[in-house]
Amino acid sequence: MSYERPKLVKTFVDINYMLKEAPRKQHFITGAQAMAEAVKRANVDMAIAYPITPQSEVMHLVADAFHQGHVKEYYRAEEELGTMSAIAGASRAGVRLFTATSGPGLLRGLEAIVSWSGHRVPAVLGILTRVVNAPLSIQPDNIEMAYMMHCGAVMLHAENQQDTFDMTLAAFAIAEKVDVYIPVAVATEGFFVTHAKGYVNMTSDELALTPFDAIAAPVPAMDNETPPARIQRDAPVQKSNFMSYLIHAVWQQEIWDCNKRAMKYVYEYLGGPIEVQNPEADVFVVASGCAAAQAREAHRTSRELGLSVGLIKVRAIRPFPVDEIRATVKNAKALIVPEHNIIGWLAQEVKAAIPNGGIVVGGPRVYGGMTLPVELIMKEIHTALGLEFNLKL
Amino acid sequence: MSLKYVTPVAMFKKYLPKDYVELVDFGPFGKTQDEAGPGNMGQFKELMEEHPMCSGCWMAYYIRLIFASLPCPEETVTLGTAGCGRLAISQAAVPFIYGNYGDQNAMASGLSRAFRLRFPDKQKDVITIAGDGGTMDIGFSMTMHSWIRGERFTTIMLDNEVYGNTGGQESGMSPKGAVLKMAPGGKQFNKMPATDLAKAAGCVYIVRMSPTNIKKAAKIIRRAIFVAREVGPTFIHAYTSCNIEYSIPTEEVFADAKLREKDRFQFEEYMTDAAKEVIDRIEAEEKAAHRAKKGIVEEEVN
Repeated sequence: MSYERPKLVKTFVDINYMLKEAPRKQHFITGAQAMAEAVKRANVDMAIAYPITPQSEVMHLVADAFHQGHVKEYYRAEEELGTMSAIAGASRAGVRLFTATSGPGLLRGLEAIVSWSGHRVPAVLGILTRVVNAPLSIQPDNIEMAYMMHCGAVMLHAENQQDTFDMTLAAFAIAEKVDVYIPVAVATEGFFVTHAKGYVNMTSDELALTPFDAIAAPVPAMDNETPPARIQRDAPVQKSNFMSYLIHAVWQQEIWDCNKRAMKYVYEYLGGPIEVQNPEADVFVVASGCAAAQAREAHRTSRELGLSVGLIKVRAIRPFPVDEIRATVKNAKALIVPEHNIIGWLAQEVKAAIPNGGIVVGGPRVYGGMTLPVELIMKEIHTALGLEFNLKL
Repeated sequence: MSLKYVTPVAMFKKYLPKDYVELVDFGPFGKTQDEAGPGNMGQFKELMEEHPMCSGCWMAYYIRLIFASLPCPEETVTLGTAGCGRLAISQAAVPFIYGNYGDQNAMASGLSRAFRLRFPDKQKDVITIAGDGGTMDIGFSMTMHSWIRGERFTTIMLDNEVYGNTGGQESGMSPKGAVLKMAPGGKQFNKMPATDLAKAAGCVYIVRMSPTNIKKAAKIIRRAIFVAREVGPTFIHAYTSCNIEYSIPTEEVFADAKLREKDRFQFEEYMTDAAKEVIDRIEAEEKAAHRAKKGIVEEEVN
């Protein structure tokens, strides 16, 4: 059985045109579809897949995109460590790369993923969140993101299907910037977003991002083509002396500087790392990802009740918007941080970002796949304002 | 392009490290095996010269031989993992990619596919060179699956039958009964049948050897690379003793390699018909070129 994949003729456009100017049409699609549709338009050279629920749907659809000619190369790897390692290998040849995973899959691939930044791999990683075993479960819970936060990668957290589409496209552009050139992860909640439909305004799939430019890379591809020649006669990092410690230390600093430098592109392409509603409020609900949708609803309800409540949606987890959050909440009396995980990694980040961490209310938190009722957030809002709330679930 | 890429502009030469300039002027880039191959090692600037390996290390010798045998060093990328081997491989003048533990064949899968995507009309040689632990233990799944998928690159296993770099622990390739660290009572199970596994997984050219004969070892390295270019995965399982952990006196390292040739590393060469076709064709071409050149030299002498 032989199948000739069609050679598609696309119009190449830059990321600003794609995100801000290109005409869009509204579609009613799942989060998985939104991510795959973004990959279709990203001019991806190679995608490598390994199944895990709830991610699988994304890479099924990317496989279809490959079959239809939108992606140039695709294969199903042996498991996540093999997948993430192959991404690292392929990136040395100077190509645009995409893969996606979930929960235990992310942790299995983590040894390779955490070295992507140091290897200067500008790949895009979809994280469709899922609980980490045990006990076994496939349900949404974003605790895995806590493990990703310290590897240097840029991390975006999508609230809904539209965010998933826009952030995935922006991720490719951010990752490949000469002053960034580290991986970008786009996370969103498994099932709640991946398997639920929402309205997504999408550009035409006849448009594609301009091709990956291996020559423009700050760290040349190991393709024996791109100067300067990478003829390595000595690897000082392998030695046990001060120079080797220094090289490693400087390299780590550079990765985190790259991460910081990504912030200006988060502003340029996504309108900034946070969205703020009612900046004069006494109490803010601070949330990211799917929890931000519930926080938005709690904010709306509070405003209807005439309560002084604002909303901060956090789009970028790395680089973390320390200055932006600090400036927004400088007069706030309480910050409510609803999350889809037990440890409250966002609450910890927010606490560390502000001088008066005592105003942070860590919670409400749901985990193990539970939904996040708006009433739980409303109860915390009322408590923070010194009001009674009759919680009925 | 790649030969051009290693060659500096003449006026820059004086600013470049002497070592690099000498490599370009007197190294094997763009040269034939007659000019700069294993047959005249020591007479040209080699790709791997200095290395931090132990005195008498048979692995260092074999790695040096691999680099001297490369059909096209200016188009070659090597990949490896933790272990003694990478200490030397990373000091060769060929791009070397070091990833994580045992992931060399997964990385090479991505790399070789991406090379074919970007340079459909060029041949880039991708070679993974890793130890027995990296290839058959921690990297086992990634090694096997790269073969099962038919990935077109060469895998070379430097088998010293022990985890040498971490201090001498038992590996899956250690022989049964070997008393090593983590095996105080001797290894309880057999050496893994690497070449059988390679065959079952679909490697199209497989050799097990103790590389005591330079010419033969070089020929096999080149065969494995030529076949990987056109047909499918190739695998060399080479004995590269650890004279430290197995307490082999330096002056007996070669004798030990000869001895192993008679038991665990008896020469075995397997090739599919398609692989044989490639080997026959390329070796006939090489022979013809060699004869033609010899003819010219004889004419000139006459």
